Amino acid sequence: MSQRAQPAIELINVTRRFVSPDGKSMTAMKDFNMTVMPGEFVAVVGPTGCGKSTTLNLVTGLVKPSAGQVRVMGNPVQDIHPSIGFAFQTDALFPWKSVIDNVMAGPLYRGIGTEKARDMAHKWLGRVNLSGHEEKYPHQLSGGMRKRVSLAQTFINEPKILLMDEPFSALDVQTRVLMHDELLQLWADSGACVVFVTHDLEEAIALADKVYVLTSSPATVKSVYPVDIPRPRVASEIRFDERFLKISKTIWEDLRTEVLRGASRDEARVTEAA
Amino acid sequence: MSNMQITQAALSSVPTDAEVEAAAASAKKRHVQLVYFWRIAILVLLLGGWEFAARMQWIDEFFFSKPTDIAARLWTWITEGTSEGPLWYHLWVTMEEALLGFFTGSIAGVIAGIALGRDRMLADIFSVYIKVFNSVPRVVLAPIFIMLFGLGLASKVALAFVMVFFVVFSNAFQGVREADRNLLANARILGARGWQLTRTVVVPSAMSWIFASLHVSFGFAIVGAIVGEFVGARHGIGLLINIAKGTFDAGGMYAAIVVIMVVALVAEYVMTLIEDRLARWRPPALHDIENS
Repeated sequence: MSQRAQPAIELINVTRRFVSPDGKSMTAMKDFNMTVMPGEFVAVVGPTGCGKSTTLNLVTGLVKPSAGQVRVMGNPVQDIHPSIGFAFQTDALFPWKSVIDNVMAGPLYRGIGTEKARDMAHKWLGRVNLSGHEEKYPHQLSGGMRKRVSLAQTFINEPKILLMDEPFSALDVQTRVLMHDELLQLWADSGACVVFVTHDLEEAIALADKVYVLTSSPATVKSVYPVDIPRPRVASEIRFDERFLKISKTIWEDLRTEVLRGASRDEARVTEAA
Repeated sequence: MSNMQITQAALSSVPTDAEVEAAAASAKKRHVQLVYFWRIAILVLLLGGWEFAARMQWIDEFFFSKPTDIAARLWTWITEGTSEGPLWYHLWVTMEEALLGFFTGSIAGVIAGIALGRDRMLADIFSVYIKVFNSVPRVVLAPIFIMLFGLGLASKVALAFVMVFFVVFSNAFQGVREADRNLLANARILGARGWQLTRTVVVPSAMSWIFASLHVSFGFAIVGAIVGEFVGARHGIGLLINIAKGTFDAGGMYAAIVVIMVVALVAEYVMTLIEDRLARWRPPALHDIENS
């Protein structure tokens, strides 16, 4: 981990308002503060629909803050910062490209020659155990394999900031745990910082150094919990660790009130609309 | 020991992999054979019924001709040429007009569709004009184009162009609009900028839409060329039909239609081949649905 004092990501008193399709101004996020140091693994949990994904979109610059400031590598966000990598919730592989062409896309976009890009892609496909599947198309792969292609596609750009938006939520439980270990491995070798958005508390604790709990909308940071389980961790076994259980109980107590609040408000809104 | 025997007995009644595969292959073959059988049977029935009805004088040969006369006429056209010169020359003229109109129209349609699909402002401004022009029945432009561009090639190409342009344009436009937002965001974060984004994400995602329109629009290009020839020309299949009409020659009209049918079928086949090559990435199930 770098000893420089400069954080990789800073969200300072960020408020994000948007105008809904029927013309009403809505607040998705209010006075939001978050600091992520280089090499740090941060998980963000919160009730469904509270604006967890907005935090990530603010960091990429695809969404602009209405007030406050977002800084990446010490500078205010202008365009998408080249050291950012993003893992999407749904499949974001190019279906018309073969596996190897998908992984090569990043380097090619960034002006690296075809030969070099191909070599890099072979290396990364090897690292996610997909050698031999280079010429297949995404639809010929299983969900887990597609996710591994996505990881290779993201990691090949050697991002220093990795933003992950519920990347494994569509996978079955066994595959998901395997992907956790794979991600921890890739992350440990890369030295990147990670912001991992999820609604799965166990996933958050298994992976992260710090867990941010958000309030239901408008989202603000309710509390931040450090996870002092030593690394290297094995995600598939950590679930039975005593510290894991203790932390997850504490955070769940905190999260539950928000989840209930969000749910009851949703219900109220639905009945009102009906 | 007795347990073993039971399992083996059970196994022997279960078909082996090879048997299952052979059964599936033969079922598939039977299906294909049956499809071809019925296709040919229906054709024979239709043509035979037509011929029979004409010979029995149930239908008037003067208006409906009959398959043997049409075949004989085609044979004369092929071997000796038409009254207006060789058939191949007329066919070539019509194809030249249709192909030129098809290529210029579809290229212009794709470019315009992508440009407007990518730019909200342009789309909002031009959409009303496109609706207005699109509501004009294309064939009424034929006399205008003949007045403007003369009896030659240009007027027919222009007509084929307008027939093709709007179909391809609206499909390309829709295809671009339907491009997956996640894919666009992914490409941008991976480093794609401006033109790269259009070339590597927008165009490929619109491709299946564009191809769907190309299938239809080649037929439209032929319609444009023939209607143009019909209204005023010195050569072409449309002219042959027009002359046949003028001499009450039903056989000639049907023979010209058969020529056009064959050309359209060949074009459709070639288009499907190209599409299959370009669309190897697509899941086969979806592909079958679209081709059926």
